[in-house]
Amino acid sequence: MKLAFVTGTVLLFIVAVVASCQSDEQVEFNRYYSGGSVLYLAHCQNCHGEKGEGLQSLIPPLTDSVFLKQNRLSLACYLKNGLKGKITIAGREFEGEMPAAADLSPIEVAKVLTYVTNSFGNKQGLINLQQVQADLKECK
Amino acid sequence: MKNIVCAFIIIAFYSACKQGGNNTTATLPILGNREPVTKTVDGKQVTDTVYSTIPAFKFVNQYADTITGKSLDGKIYVADFFFTTCPSICPVMHRNMLNVYKEFKADDNFKIISHTIDPKYDTVPVLKKYADKLGISGNTWWLLHGTKEETYQIAKNYLVSVQEKNPQGEYIHDGYFILVDKQKRLRGTYDGTDPAQVTKLIADIKTLKTEPDQVAAK
Repeated sequence: MKLAFVTGTVLLFIVAVVASCQSDEQVEFNRYYSGGSVLYLAHCQNCHGEKGEGLQSLIPPLTDSVFLKQNRLSLACYLKNGLKGKITIAGREFEGEMPAAADLSPIEVAKVLTYVTNSFGNKQGLINLQQVQADLKECK
Repeated sequence: MKNIVCAFIIIAFYSACKQGGNNTTATLPILGNREPVTKTVDGKQVTDTVYSTIPAFKFVNQYADTITGKSLDGKIYVADFFFTTCPSICPVMHRNMLNVYKEFKADDNFKIISHTIDPKYDTVPVLKKYADKLGISGNTWWLLHGTKEETYQIAKNYLVSVQEKNPQGEYIHDGYFILVDKQKRLRGTYDGTDPAQVTKLIADIKTLKTEPDQVAAK
């Protein structure tokens, strides 16, 4: 009985340690993600839609995980400077102009990108401030 | 005396109930200015209410066809104001308007008209391209091009506010969808950016279609 109690306590302790270890990263991710969802609503949702579905052939969806992965390092520049010209998303061609979200700070860009790349069927992990700052230096 | 008061109250309650009962067939209000017009018919004074209506107009649609008030005779229609390069509320308005389009596109007596408030950029070919990309075809939904003056003037008749570009170079306009009946009277205004209000618009169009005035009008 005593043994069972000790084992139980030790197990519980281990679980608690593992959980709190995870949560450091998880907390940071959640902070970016939830901040990003608010920014998405204010800056992106009108065009890209509540579920990232886009609008017919006018506005591309944000559900093309392959595009987001391949262009991961350019996404910050797309947001900050806008995007113009032909692009192929989910096998469909889009041509138009996404206005620049020049008023977003790098941390806000990081939050929005974390939200988008982990919503609508995407699951690509955290894009943090350092990443965005590095990416923005490489904008063409 | 007490009895009379009691009777009066009972009658008041009864008539209130009766009115409630009559409301089962819902009708939409008629919006806009109205004025009573008193005429003498057969020696008697008759007062009639004249409602404000959409005046005659002339615009060009995405197929370069001329569209006038006559094109909408005998039609129930919804009007809005937009421009194709609008980054703010237009995409969400037309995402919602697509639901209205899909619901009624088989109905010959229903139209949607979207006036561009940026006629300089939104030429007829630009409007056609926008329509294609939006996935609309046929003659249910017209995108209308006209001079800025004409468009801004007609907006006033729809009680919609549109303005010239602000110092930031943005057009200011509100995202209302206006429901107009076959007599060209305003019957409802809906926030086109709110999916719930657009759902109500679809329900109201169905209600409007059953009104005797609308069934009879050709």
